[in-house]
Amino acid sequence: MSLTAKDIETITRLLEASSFDELELEIEGLKLSLRRRGAVSAAVVAPGAAPGAGFTPAVQAVPPSPESATPPPAAPPSVVPPPAGPDILTAPLLGTFYRSPRPGEPPFVEVGSRVEPDTVVGIIEVMKLMNAVHAGRRGRVTEILSQDGALVEYGQALLRIEA
Amino acid sequence: MLKPIRRIFIANRGEIALRVIRTCRELGIDTVLGVSEVDRDSVPARQANRTLCLGPGRPGDSYLNVSAVVHAARSSCCDAIHPGYGFLSERPALARACEQEGVILIGPTAEQLEAVGDKLKARGHAQAAGVPVVPGGSAATTDEALALARQIGAPLLVKAVGGGGGRGMKKVLDLARLPESLALASAEAGAAFGDARVYLERLVTRARHVEVQVLGDGAGRVLQLGERDCSVQRRYQKLIEETPAPGLSPGLRSQLHDAAVRFARHLQYRGAGTVEFLVDVERGTFYFLEMNARIQVEHPVTEAVTGVDLVAEQIRIAAGEGFGARAVEAEKRGPRGCAIECRINAEDPAHDFRPSPGTVTQAVWPAGPGIRVDTHIERGARVPPFYDSLLGKVIALGDDRPAALARLRQAIAATAVAGVATNLAFHARVLADAGFAAGGVDTGFVESLNV
Repeated sequence: MSLTAKDIETITRLLEASSFDELELEIEGLKLSLRRRGAVSAAVVAPGAAPGAGFTPAVQAVPPSPESATPPPAAPPSVVPPPAGPDILTAPLLGTFYRSPRPGEPPFVEVGSRVEPDTVVGIIEVMKLMNAVHAGRRGRVTEILSQDGALVEYGQALLRIEA
Repeated sequence: MLKPIRRIFIANRGEIALRVIRTCRELGIDTVLGVSEVDRDSVPARQANRTLCLGPGRPGDSYLNVSAVVHAARSSCCDAIHPGYGFLSERPALARACEQEGVILIGPTAEQLEAVGDKLKARGHAQAAGVPVVPGGSAATTDEALALARQIGAPLLVKAVGGGGGRGMKKVLDLARLPESLALASAEAGAAFGDARVYLERLVTRARHVEVQVLGDGAGRVLQLGERDCSVQRRYQKLIEETPAPGLSPGLRSQLHDAAVRFARHLQYRGAGTVEFLVDVERGTFYFLEMNARIQVEHPVTEAVTGVDLVAEQIRIAAGEGFGARAVEAEKRGPRGCAIECRINAEDPAHDFRPSPGTVTQAVWPAGPGIRVDTHIERGARVPPFYDSLLGKVIALGDDRPAALARLRQAIAATAVAGVATNLAFHARVLADAGFAAGGVDTGFVESLNV
């Protein structure tokens, strides 16, 4: 058996409602660790990975908002390999990815949107500097691969754009 | 002020990133490592709890990008940033961005970095702290420089005010050639550091490079953890370091320690730092060179003889917890034994020690009693062309210097790295040298070997 993202969400909610800070769960070669403080160190370790030198999948962190004192809850980790290939638009720099110009406004693009090379498809914010992300090619958006408000690293998949 | 540090962002790579991760693990602290694209599969990337890719391989696009580092640290909920050495470690811009964003910088304040980062300012602080400096000064014009040079006397050195690592540094043996050297040093300094100011100082013909490890709590308390002799240098790049410095008179040794403490106390220094001195062998005196406001490459020799984990001390101080009991004790007790370190670099002795990037096809590191190896290199590791060429450090501890040296010779003989050229043969040669074995060589030693 394996854990789905939905299972992990459920477990995360259970942990949040409990008085515990950490949870470690091992089911048939899958190990899930969740920790409350700091809120982003959730990791699923694949079986066979060497302890210590193990592969830790990148977990999307929601940037802490300065107004709220409580750390954001852990987002479900992903165990699928990152998408790659010529159709994938990747982050040109590390920062926080925004899909719309302002909170509450409609996204720059949705699945099905047609784009030209200079179409702005999102914003990456780095220390309050907003950087427009251009599609860089002509085509149609077929998949959104990074969430609004997520920390994206350099080279991380943002969108799939098929010609 | 007590601010717990539970997660640290490491803004560095290579062996020092791994070194910081090791201490964090011991302390139960999570690590997030900022990597460049070419370091995604490095050993430290696999050892950190999480990695975030900062940008492409070129340091300016990744490891030197203050915004990306601070944004990544904050967004991954890190309490603090450890900058290691090199890269952003001594940039006031990082310290300032951390202060603004409420992230702890494991290191000194922006003001302290500014005070020691500029050689002229640092010299002024040394004088204010009653620490001897090399006779010399700055000059704005060639005429001024000539007048000053006559006072100092030849031979002298022309140095870049904002420099380091030997760039922008010129030796003047004959005052008639001063204008030419001034122009060259100024141009080199301008290109390398964006600051063309130079200054002149007396050249000590027989000099030893001796530095003192200090810890400051930021409130005026300073500990010294002994000195390191780094006189085995090639073009101002340290290759072998050891502690204690061999053959120093007890008087000179304690004067050096006191001077370092005075300097750090004068700055109300916070964190781990190193005060570097030039020991004038012929005059039996010493001068302040500069202060390095970070962990040093050669810190393990100090750790070996004191038993202090300097990275753990850095973290303690940054968290406002002050010095560890072991560090306080080590200052009182002094060193136990002798430790010597060799820096193993990917550089080609057959081609004037130029860097030798590539893929490591074999990496055999030594082990055994009294041997420590700090490295990120294993078989298959890539040595990218963008960064410094340090592959690892081999450190030997012995009850006395001959014992440490014997161990280090064995250890270097047992070390094998293939796929990239290394300076291992150079180290074997130095360790076998009678002059080095006698101890107390000066900074002209490597040149005298004709390598």
